[in-house]
Amino acid sequence: MSSPVESLVNREYKWGFVTDIEADTVPKGLNEDVVRLISAKKQEPEFLLEWRLKAYRGWLKMSEPHWPNVSYPPIDYQDAIYYSAPVTKAPLGSLDEVDPKLLETYTKLGIPLTEQKILSGVAVDAIFDSVSVGTSYKKALGEMGIIFCSFSEAVREHPELVRKYLGSVVPASDNYFAALNSAVFSDGSFVYIPKGVRCPMDLSTYFRINAQNTGQFERTLIIADEGASVSYLEGCTAPKRDENQLHAAVVELIALDGASIKYSTVQNWYAGDEQGRGGIYNFVTKRGKAFRGSKISWTQVETGSAITWKYPSVILQGDDSVGEFYSVAVVNNHQQADTGTKMIHLGKNTRSTIVSKGISAGQGNNSYRGQVKVMPKAAGARNYTQCDSMLIGNRCGAHTFPYIDVQNPTASVEHEASTSKIGEDQIFYCKQRGLNTENAISMIVNGFCKEVFKELPMEFAVEAQKLLGVSLEGSVG
Amino acid sequence: MLEIKGLRASAGEKEILTGIDLTVKAGEVHAIMGPNGSGKSTLAQVLAGHPAYAVTAGTVTFQGQDLLDMEPEERAQAGVFLAFQYPVEIAGVTNAYFLRAAYNAIRKARGEEELDPIDFLDRLEEKLAVVEWGPEIMQRAVNGGFSGGEKKRNEILQMAVLEPALAILDETDSGLDIDALRIVAKGVNALRRPDRATILVTHYQRLLNYIVPDFVHVLSEGRIVRSGGKELALELEARGYEWLTGQTEGAVA
Repeated sequence: MSSPVESLVNREYKWGFVTDIEADTVPKGLNEDVVRLISAKKQEPEFLLEWRLKAYRGWLKMSEPHWPNVSYPPIDYQDAIYYSAPVTKAPLGSLDEVDPKLLETYTKLGIPLTEQKILSGVAVDAIFDSVSVGTSYKKALGEMGIIFCSFSEAVREHPELVRKYLGSVVPASDNYFAALNSAVFSDGSFVYIPKGVRCPMDLSTYFRINAQNTGQFERTLIIADEGASVSYLEGCTAPKRDENQLHAAVVELIALDGASIKYSTVQNWYAGDEQGRGGIYNFVTKRGKAFRGSKISWTQVETGSAITWKYPSVILQGDDSVGEFYSVAVVNNHQQADTGTKMIHLGKNTRSTIVSKGISAGQGNNSYRGQVKVMPKAAGARNYTQCDSMLIGNRCGAHTFPYIDVQNPTASVEHEASTSKIGEDQIFYCKQRGLNTENAISMIVNGFCKEVFKELPMEFAVEAQKLLGVSLEGSVG
Repeated sequence: MLEIKGLRASAGEKEILTGIDLTVKAGEVHAIMGPNGSGKSTLAQVLAGHPAYAVTAGTVTFQGQDLLDMEPEERAQAGVFLAFQYPVEIAGVTNAYFLRAAYNAIRKARGEEELDPIDFLDRLEEKLAVVEWGPEIMQRAVNGGFSGGEKKRNEILQMAVLEPALAILDETDSGLDIDALRIVAKGVNALRRPDRATILVTHYQRLLNYIVPDFVHVLSEGRIVRSGGKELALELEARGYEWLTGQTEGAVA
């Protein structure tokens, strides 16, 4: 196949623009002073500074992991800026006080931060570079005892919660990038849903990398107390850059007894150009801990980034807890993705479901890497894994690395895998019915991803379908 | 409506069509018959623009347009419909979505307004009756887990919804039981109008008991070796193909 799929994949990145805002940055490079400076700028309590320093010292002793099936030139960690915040005169009380330029940026991105979003029932905590600029709907949520704010605000207003849960799922020593994040994280989101409360709306955060050469180190912590439930949406778009940017986020989810957390991501960071120049390195650690009878569900649609290294996982600690992972990962041009999940069954009768759809086009390389581990006490544990790959063209690659470790004889683990290629016959059939190649591929690919898309909240599903079309533009010939 | 002159086509190195001449006027039904390997299906695929075949000589004019110069989707938008011998499955895409997308793509190409799902549903229900199906079928994936007969019926349903000017049925009758055959025939007959034409590609005479053709052509080694009226099909049924092709071939009935 030559050009129809190829031209579909080759659409230009629509969101590549830079907002010209004065930034308050710390000097390039990383050392203990920079860690202290970040903590000081954020007026953090002592315990957090100590936590950061410990993470930093741990990080110094670690080395970058090279087991993922990706390749990139060495990263110079001393050549990055570890803190950058838009300069603001005073703390912002409402959206009206937000720099209009910021709001304009969001408008360009199609993020209706104000009226439209509120009308559609989504509270938005927008992140511009590293500092949270506006949190809507906070009051209504506040009346239900729900806390939805920036991480920095949580540190100021709810230090006891932060102290109790920060690092409880992803310890600072977990891995190289988690350690780096723990040392220098700038901001992020914090959610607490009190006992028995169902959050009445989807909570949504948009991330956006802006300042040049600024690594983005987000930290997200979501706690659903006993019997509580919440659906959280994370969407990302980044402006066009020529040099690679490191994004090393950490997300921790805690679902206490009987709670439910649904975390949905649409990731569309800049993927680099057709020659593989530029693009985001997305090295993310996402993990949830599920207590008795609780449920944690990850849904991700990954279309962006030059390199994706990401394994949203669930530790099924409590009996009868449930973990889910639904993923669509698309690579095109020179994109590389090594993504999957870990389901660690500790409790009895724990259940997990993994549905992974990998799409490779251009010269992209897509790897599914998943671990299902059933520990000795996890009697009656069950896992179902379905892992499908679709190839578009013949220069791309799809790889599957399943790791299954069952230490309890009563457990049941199923793994199904398939690889398919978009066939000339399928495309011809659609074309014979009047659809052009682009629409035919988009339809076939969306059909392939349907089991994952149906897990996304409605508006996100629509966005995901559009993104998929954009990412695959020009990929079939 | 359709004028084929000196059409030659090959798949890879192998020449399959060796010079086809055929004129189809509006309102007519033509049956293309012939033994296996005579090029019947290739002719259907070439008219639809399948990329596996290369046209090496000849012209095809459809309603005044150079058909060979058009992309497959442009041919479809211009009113050429191919009922596939082996319809493909498209996982995760419902029959309803697929058919509406096709219908609207064609309308859009013609500068007509696209139908929303509600209006489309009305149209669909009317056409479902033609193939004697309930609405449940529309929520299944396109040809997903369909039996051979269901796939063929689905092709007829698509044809009924898209209302092409020229319908080409590629061995739609093969593998059908008598009830399915009757339904397929009903669908084709329902579409017969003075401004439309049909080309039936078939190995067997059986279908022609239900869809009476105006003309019958016999293909052998990529050429039409005999043309006649509907009585030619009956003669083929009685005598087989070998008297025309010089080859040994099974019964035509």
